Amino acid sequence: MLKFILLRVIQAIPVVLAVITVTFFLVRAAPGGPFDSEKAVLPEVKKALEAQYKLDEPLTDQYFGYLGDLADGDLGPSFKYPGRSVNEILASGLPVTAELGVYALCFALFIGVFAGVLAALRPNTQQDYVPMSLAMIGICMPSFLLGPLLILVFGIFLEWLPISGWGDLPGDKILPSVTLGSAYAAYIARLSRAGMLEILSQDYIRTARAKGASDPRVVFKHALRGGLIPVVAFLGPAFAGLLAGSFVVETIFQIPGLGRFYVQAAFNRDYTMILGTTVFLSVLIVAFNLISDVLAAWMDPRLRTQFGKAN
Amino acid sequence: MTLSSDHPADEDIEASSLWRDARLRLQKNHLAVLGAITLVIVILAVCFAPWIAPYEYDAQDLDLGATAPSAAHWFGTDIFGRDLLTQILYGGRISLAVGFIATAVALVIGVSWGSIAGYCGGRIDAAMMRIVDVLYALPFMIFIILLMVVFGRNIILLFLAIGAVEWLTMARIMRTQVQSLKQKEFVEAATATGLSPLVILYRHIIPNAVGPMIVYTTLTIPSVMLLEAFLSFLGLGIQPPATSWGLLISYGAETMEEYPWLLIFPGAALTLTLFSLNFLGDGLRDALDVRGSKD
Repeated sequence: MLKFILLRVIQAIPVVLAVITVTFFLVRAAPGGPFDSEKAVLPEVKKALEAQYKLDEPLTDQYFGYLGDLADGDLGPSFKYPGRSVNEILASGLPVTAELGVYALCFALFIGVFAGVLAALRPNTQQDYVPMSLAMIGICMPSFLLGPLLILVFGIFLEWLPISGWGDLPGDKILPSVTLGSAYAAYIARLSRAGMLEILSQDYIRTARAKGASDPRVVFKHALRGGLIPVVAFLGPAFAGLLAGSFVVETIFQIPGLGRFYVQAAFNRDYTMILGTTVFLSVLIVAFNLISDVLAAWMDPRLRTQFGKAN
Repeated sequence: MTLSSDHPADEDIEASSLWRDARLRLQKNHLAVLGAITLVIVILAVCFAPWIAPYEYDAQDLDLGATAPSAAHWFGTDIFGRDLLTQILYGGRISLAVGFIATAVALVIGVSWGSIAGYCGGRIDAAMMRIVDVLYALPFMIFIILLMVVFGRNIILLFLAIGAVEWLTMARIMRTQVQSLKQKEFVEAATATGLSPLVILYRHIIPNAVGPMIVYTTLTIPSVMLLEAFLSFLGLGIQPPATSWGLLISYGAETMEEYPWLLIFPGAALTLTLFSLNFLGDGLRDALDVRGSKD
């Protein structure tokens, strides 16, 4: 197991390096410098700015300098907001995005596993068709459509829930979390149904039922661990999707999180901010893929010998 | 418009019992048939948009402004007095074109990569699949956004970027297919007659892997369309004056309090199309009995 984890970590290092390198040179290759604003800047001022952000050094020096800073955990200053470092901006957005992500994932796991297990227990009955049809809707309904629709119904027509903000009004965290989580609830429902169906046809489940074990006992005691392996393996990719989804959800609900900062940085051409956020998010995603692989391998020893299967 | 790039080519293939069985199984799946019919209608409607659309694409009526659905404007009008049905028809051209073309890009790269890796085996295979593994671990959504920011919001780039993300799964499935087909007697026979590996791949192996490819192509198109809509919603995809369903949804979301139809109709168009593609893809998977899992 330790060897598996170690190998996985070693595999992750080139990925992270590749992300940093590609992002760095892509951003540097971008046409138009960060100081090409509408106002003409005096050449001396521009020079001073470039010196301040080390843009006058040779590219390789900049690259290795950036790597060195990264090793110290320093993502550099923001181009757009002078005086604020990328680290500060990320630190202010991260807790919000993390909270949103955790709520959405909890919602997705709870609803998804529940629906999937229900469907798998009585396949090809109403108890299967209804949740699976809902899951299909969840997959086809993108978050940027579901969010506004939920706002329209629960926020504007029914006036039950606040339509924007984060932590300002009671209940304003419900709609964003549901919007972000529902597509994943749908995927998880499908995955856990498939996983549970396979496990429930195994001999040891028949043995458990022959002993007279009740449905809940069979599910919780015997089937769930094996049946949920696909779900756990999906969590890594799901995390990456949740982060991307938070871009949209934070924009719709005006939540001051990482996703919103990233999209704003993209529009402002705030290159250091884009670079820093990309590196940070990528490392997070790679780390989560790693954790989800390790968890899946812990649940299913057979996976430990299979390398190179990310999802 | 090159929308016909990946129609399942079952007419071209001899009606062997495999394909006939598959078609019969598919016809029994009502949801898949419904999906296929809806899809054909949608594709025809957007292809013939210039003739079907009740108004000119750029026709504005600023005095009219946003009006609710009526006899003159079935889906209502937007704040510039533009007919929403016309906008949806033209937007669908872009949404579907992105879906089909980017999927075609993914298909070409994925099939070539996967079949070469699977056919060569050994070290070449290991190296090629390791590259796929590394790419799989990259956070692509962030990369596409980065590309759009750095190189401007260019539709060709959008096709390529999305296609470049989606080929990975194709390559993996193709490799597995080729690996098992390679062991079959007819490939051995072809090798024995002295055919070159390239000819064997294109004449004997790839045609036998068409089933799974059709299935995954059908299932890739909706995810590509979703990606395009996602980017357009954020303002990083299609740019005005062109429009797509994602962009229309984003405009609709801005004014949904006063004019909910501007959100609901484009949303319904996108969701309906995605539904149809997913049902058809699932139906094809069952009909062709393709094992394995996407996602």
